[in-house]
Amino acid sequence: MDELLFLQDEVVPALLKGLRVSILLIVPSAFFGLFIGILVGALRVYGSRPVVFAADIYVTLFRGIPLVVQLFIWYFGLPYLGIYLSPFTASIVGFSLCSGAYHSEYIRGALKSIKRGQMLAAQALGFSKFQMVVSVILPQGLRRALPGCGNEIIYLIKYSSLAYMVTCIELTGEAKILASHSFKYTEVYLAAGGFYLGLVSIAGWILHRLERRVAIPGFEHHRG
Amino acid sequence: MESEPILVVENIKKAFGPRVILKGVSMAIRRGELKVLIGPSGAGKSTFLQCINFLVTPDAGEIRLEGRPIHHSRKRELYAYRQQVGMIFQDFNLFDHLTALDNVMIGLVRVKGMDRKSARERAMAEIERVGLKEHAGHYPAQLSGGQKQRISIARALAMDPKVMLLDEPTSALDPELIGEVLAVIRDLVANGMTMVMATHQIGFSRAMANEIIFMEDGLIVEQGPPSVILSDARCERTKEFCSKITELYGEAS
Ligand SMILES: Nc1ncnc2c1ncn2[C@@H]1O[C@H](COP(=O)(O)OP(=O)(O)O)[C@@H](O)[C@H]1O
Ligand SMILES: [Mg+2]
Repeated sequence: MDELLFLQDEVVPALLKGLRVSILLIVPSAFFGLFIGILVGALRVYGSRPVVFAADIYVTLFRGIPLVVQLFIWYFGLPYLGIYLSPFTASIVGFSLCSGAYHSEYIRGALKSIKRGQMLAAQALGFSKFQMVVSVILPQGLRRALPGCGNEIIYLIKYSSLAYMVTCIELTGEAKILASHSFKYTEVYLAAGGFYLGLVSIAGWILHRLERRVAIPGFEHHRG
Repeated sequence: MESEPILVVENIKKAFGPRVILKGVSMAIRRGELKVLIGPSGAGKSTFLQCINFLVTPDAGEIRLEGRPIHHSRKRELYAYRQQVGMIFQDFNLFDHLTALDNVMIGLVRVKGMDRKSARERAMAEIERVGLKEHAGHYPAQLSGGQKQRISIARALAMDPKVMLLDEPTSALDPELIGEVLAVIRDLVANGMTMVMATHQIGFSRAMANEIIFMEDGLIVEQGPPSVILSDARCERTKEFCSKITELYGEAS
């Protein structure tokens, strides 16, 4: 009985508050991350040599350095340069840049898998390279990248829990505070885990719907 | 009668690395003419056709459309030129993510900047012309090979090209589907379209072509009216090749 009351009066309200912050972190990060990923992915395939080089360096850095370290740099490091980010902003910047690097990898692969004939046909009609990428290649490439990018968004939901390391108190942060006050680690973290599971399930469902919705008739079973 | 050629292609050369593919190929075509390119696989027919609209950049040579030389390094000029030269590919290359109608519309909307309503009307007219009105809403994966090729012809026609390049338009088709595509091309000839076509459809070429060009090893070996090339060629290689494809592809068209 005690347990239930504790859950109802303390755990749920605190975690709901954290959940709100988590969602506020995840949604824009997913959005910016995808945007960066598409841009960088396209530049890595269609950019000039120096652009490809710069984009490759970005991806190497942001995939190579642990995300916690990246967050520390944005939050604790930038003030040395006179730039002060709030914990919330630093988290979104960190998540978006890291997520964008991963997305760009899926998108690059998908763009490269588009048959050359599609490009030849567009060019033969008089498309500029930019028009060709935007109206012929990306619409096909993004569909192919969707499962990978969806996966990256699921990861993002989970690694958003690192925001508390730079004092942005989201779901995990709230859970940690509550647990260390009440000493009911198991209950609190189990509940928090349940919240993440819920988030991931909802995201998975949305992504699945999206994938079905944009499927090209006749191509459902991926004929390449 | 002897009007100025609409398209002149002069001394096109192309090498991929150390391999020389085109060793100086020239051609001049007058309005309303159909020239057929034949030659063994690897002769350079596709490369030559793709050089004509700069999908492959020639190493040397000049191309003039209606007397004006094309400067392919000027992007704007290149894109404007390509709109006037339609291209049909062996494997259709329809945009997989678009319906037949959108495939035909996209160039009008994106390249020509036409509003969607007029583009739709124009696209439908072209689709009707190739006899596929009922299939306008279908995606490429839902069409047969012959239907795909007819849509790709409609897509090229919608741009109002002055010249069309056709690279073995029936080679990827099952035999029973070849006829419907050739019928559309025959219709184009009848309507005065200027065309260069690589094909091994010998019966069709005999009946429709103004000239047959035999290419081998990146060079034009012989060219002339079908009656001469197909029955009375001067060059031994031409004779040999023609009798081989006549055997393979038959006289039927
Ligand atoms: N992008 C390329 N890179 C290297 N070699 C090529 C390329 N495109 C074509 N080739 C070569 O050029 C030769 C001529 O090819 P192609 O023009 O397709 O001949 P055809 O259409 O007459 O069969 C072939 O041997 C082919 O391997
Ligand atoms: Mg070829």
